[in-house]
Amino acid sequence: MTDAAWIILTGVLAATSCALLGTFLVMRKMSLLGDALSHAVLPGIAIAFFFSESRAILPMFIGAATFGLLTTLLVEAFHRRWSVPEDASIGIVFTALFALGVVLISVYAGQVDLDQECVLYGEIAYTSLDTLLWNDQDYGPRPVWILSGVLIFNLLFVGLLYKELTLASFDPGLSLSVGVNATLIHYLLMGAVSVTTVASFESVGAILVVAMLIVPGATAYLWSDRLATILGIAVAIGAIAATGGYYLADMWNSSIAGAIVVALGALFGVSIFVAPRQGLLARAMARGRLSVKVAQDHILLGMVRQTERGAEKTWRRRDALGLASVHPWLAYWALRLLQGRGLVALEADATVDLTAAGRRQGLQLLRGHRLWETYLNQLGLPNDHVHGPADSVEHYLDESLQQEIGGLVPDGGIDPQGRLIPGEPTAD
Amino acid sequence: MFDFLSVLHLEDATVRMVLFGSLLIGATGGALGSFAVLRGRSLMGDALAHAALPGVALAFLWTGSKSLPVLITGATCTGIIGVLLIQFITSRTRIKADAAIGIVLTVFFGVGIVLLTHIQRSLVGNQAGLDKFLFGQAASMVEDDVRVMLVMSLFIFVVVLILYKEFKALIFDPNFLQSLGYSLQKVDLALMGLIVLTVMVGLQAVGVVLIAAMLITPAVAARFWTERLHVMVALAAVIGGVSGATGTFLSAQAPRVPTGPVMVLVATGLFIVSALFAPRRGVLARWLRQRANVLRERRHHLLRALIELAERAGKAGPFSTQELMDELGWERRRVKREAKRLRRLDMVTLAHHGVEATPAGLAEGTFVVKCHRLWEHYLVYRDILAADHVDRPADEVEHLLTPDILERLEEILRRDHGIDTDRVVDIHGSGSGYRPAGRERGEEVG
Repeated sequence: MTDAAWIILTGVLAATSCALLGTFLVMRKMSLLGDALSHAVLPGIAIAFFFSESRAILPMFIGAATFGLLTTLLVEAFHRRWSVPEDASIGIVFTALFALGVVLISVYAGQVDLDQECVLYGEIAYTSLDTLLWNDQDYGPRPVWILSGVLIFNLLFVGLLYKELTLASFDPGLSLSVGVNATLIHYLLMGAVSVTTVASFESVGAILVVAMLIVPGATAYLWSDRLATILGIAVAIGAIAATGGYYLADMWNSSIAGAIVVALGALFGVSIFVAPRQGLLARAMARGRLSVKVAQDHILLGMVRQTERGAEKTWRRRDALGLASVHPWLAYWALRLLQGRGLVALEADATVDLTAAGRRQGLQLLRGHRLWETYLNQLGLPNDHVHGPADSVEHYLDESLQQEIGGLVPDGGIDPQGRLIPGEPTAD
Repeated sequence: MFDFLSVLHLEDATVRMVLFGSLLIGATGGALGSFAVLRGRSLMGDALAHAALPGVALAFLWTGSKSLPVLITGATCTGIIGVLLIQFITSRTRIKADAAIGIVLTVFFGVGIVLLTHIQRSLVGNQAGLDKFLFGQAASMVEDDVRVMLVMSLFIFVVVLILYKEFKALIFDPNFLQSLGYSLQKVDLALMGLIVLTVMVGLQAVGVVLIAAMLITPAVAARFWTERLHVMVALAAVIGGVSGATGTFLSAQAPRVPTGPVMVLVATGLFIVSALFAPRRGVLARWLRQRANVLRERRHHLLRALIELAERAGKAGPFSTQELMDELGWERRRVKREAKRLRRLDMVTLAHHGVEATPAGLAEGTFVVKCHRLWEHYLVYRDILAADHVDRPADEVEHLLTPDILERLEEILRRDHGIDTDRVVDIHGSGSGYRPAGRERGEEVG
């Protein structure tokens, strides 16, 4: 394999391992604890370095897991026993431990192969130089082996404890009542996060790994409501960003780890807008559709009401558009839609007329409006307060709801303003 | 202050200036941090600081200048954009604040790293110094830098003085602030703006990664010493200033070590000292208070046991250790230890045949027994609890009642329920006759 392939593979492995666990951090609203954890394992890594005088992974795992646990315990202890606010408690613990780590590393900088740059953004570019030699046999880059192991571990962790993790994340009370120890799950997850952080540390550094933990899960959360789907999307996002990041870094002549994070950020930024349902565009479109529907309803209602007052009127188009009381363009669009649905007819002399279907539809809406008014009036709302609410509800009252309210309103004939409630529509 | 420095024999003007700058950073961070922490904005400062990194790099890329005001301007811009983005994400999507902070923090930092490495690799020679903004290098401060920082700090302090009342209300009673006609958003925004400036003051010497600690740690440390905001602000400024100057001094001894982490470690040390030894809120003080309570409760229990034993036996004592062990359910060691403690207070006498209460002990014991029993009566007659549920609560309350409350209790029971409160505590055996529902004392101590 080429260097580039090894680097991309390393990035993908790190990003996917982090994404798996990070999703749970996001779901549990513990992103910042994850942030703190990945900073705070630094002294553990540094101490392991000095003791083993090598990059042996086991001492580093042990050191990191110890400091990870210590962080969780200290944050908890400061918060609960010393009544420090939780966010301040997180802030104190991780800055102190991270500072300790940086000082240790800079004091011994000459003696070990670990420096501030590595802490900041890792050494993923040198992945392929760091090969695993065993019996003089080259088995490929060491980080790839380590990260593969961690990914398998994380897959097993999430796979085997999926139910427990889900339960403990979303309903700790229920989880306790069915015999799943939420606290134990919490510490297991934190332990797994610490180990993953360390494994990724060499490649992407202590700070950027936070992005790999949090951003994929948060992005996926915009795309789906189901945890399993979210996990899948998060892993995919991690992998895409890791691959894309490599090429971005190549293009910009910059740190690969940094570029991976920029790619993650870009994916998140795009998702904010284009995600289905949760995305800002989707939501704007849903709002738009609704306001066009409301505008159509108002045009129909206005025309039906006029007919009811007995004065037949020739609707000039401008007057019909005014009924919608929205921006003329939107109203025009609504009118064209009404025409498309065969509810109004646009005549050649710029007048508008209700078709038979349009009249029926309008009466149906009017019935909903007046039924609701009557209903509210029976609930005790004064006569002069029922129009407003009914105006906003009329668009959502379908036939079955109308029937139900009709049953609740005994003298179904007259609304609170003394006007006739149109009867149920009859088939043609 | 310059006296303080000459004590350290720091005659060198450069060193003096660097120390002064660090002091300034610490003091500003501590003072502003108090508001930030109390307003729950601790980690916002962290996000903001990380978000400043791309600003530093961009400012350098565009202007080619490395002067502090230019870089700080860039940092301020991206810092503010970061804060606004966090607000945008939390208000417009379903991403929660914690994740939003994490995302903005790391992504901006990632952008900063990309830009920094790009500068390092593409523009050889001119880039040295920018990476000081990561972990901070106080020694790189020159006189002009300190002057800029001084102006910013003075501005921050003046605004804090002007808006002190508003900030105080914002922290402790936002509704009140609103009812006075202030816009909550505007005051909050002013505070956020000051936090931004504070971060920028310390950016060069402490670095983006750890500057948040200079906001959080001194403030939390100061909180242990006081309940009053202005004292806390002043104290946090002092703690921050000391951390800043000491950190710079220490890191100057080992040039390889960046300044920021050392400052943070000094501040953390002061935090731990405060948390342990602060009067009243400190861990030690709290432990002592709890210990004193426990001892008082044990004293009360032992004296009450002596009196109740005397009631049943029809004699005033002495009672053997074994009898007391049975009555109290304690181990022999505890009975002996507590008896000795009471002897030191002249409340009991110890002889080979047992423990006997002195008049002083009798008086205090009688008071406790009376509290216990009258409270039981009160709970029953007020229909608060059934007769067989009152012993436990009375056990807890007996240590808390004061003579005034007891007097009131007696008055109520005597007036409304016709209880002869003096006989309730007659130690010659008639006390048990007044127990609600006629339950015998011996049953529950078994």
